[in-house]
Amino acid sequence: MALKTDAVGKEWGGTTYQVGREKIKEYATTLGIENPVHFDVGAAREAGFRDVVAPPMFCVVYALPAMAPAILDPEVGMNFATMVHGGQEFEWGEVVCSGDEITTTPKCLSIEEKMGNGFYVFESTSVNQDGEQVLRGIWTNIVRGV
Amino acid sequence: MADINVGDEVQELRVTPDKYLPHRYAGASGDYNPIHIDDEFAKAVGLPRNILHGLYTMGLVAKANATALAGGDPRALKKLSVQFRGMGVPEQEIVVTGTVKEVDGTRVVVDTVATQGDTKLIKNAQAELEL
Repeated sequence: MALKTDAVGKEWGGTTYQVGREKIKEYATTLGIENPVHFDVGAAREAGFRDVVAPPMFCVVYALPAMAPAILDPEVGMNFATMVHGGQEFEWGEVVCSGDEITTTPKCLSIEEKMGNGFYVFESTSVNQDGEQVLRGIWTNIVRGV
Repeated sequence: MADINVGDEVQELRVTPDKYLPHRYAGASGDYNPIHIDDEFAKAVGLPRNILHGLYTMGLVAKANATALAGGDPRALKKLSVQFRGMGVPEQEIVVTGTVKEVDGTRVVVDTVATQGDTKLIKNAQAELEL
């Protein structure tokens, strides 16, 4: 059966996430990250940040909810029962601090069959309240046995 | 910037996620997929047990490289690309290692992997840092 590729090039609306100090602390604690700039506003400002700063991989917190409309779209039509997260790429720009409002916009880059599996590749672009890019993500989901 | 040369080994990171780490990561990240937090569900869909989030392991790779090369400076990591391979499980040690592949001025590229026992969790990963 040929893979449905109608959604290639499709873009979805942006999702905005408001970054807060306690969420940054929770994420950093879970990963065992100890730099005080993630916990203490005084330490963060002394190091030159506007406020408590997010570790780079905090991007999951603000970008993941924005991917849901793309991943769940019936036009994309992924079979979740056999889906695995195959690969991930992130490229960081301006740092993210508490108080920032980050808007993430997804796009479907490609849908391809390789050796009987479906490769669904999405791009996400995240900008802060000043329009500065903070993140570009490339999300590869593999659906086994398409 | 410290003296960093091509071929240098990056200081390794060893972490043993406890039984409830996937639950805490689910809360911290917002990813509540039951394969990570429900052992019975995971077994019912053919997994050995509830498995770690791939993005958690990627978080450890980010942490390992930023800590070893930039003292944990959150501005240092500019790019990280990974391929997820084997499934990670709680209560077994994860080891993140890396080797410096390129040095261009203040920009450093590291080839990095995360393993758990004989299982490669993350392979062909590349971290780019600005130091």
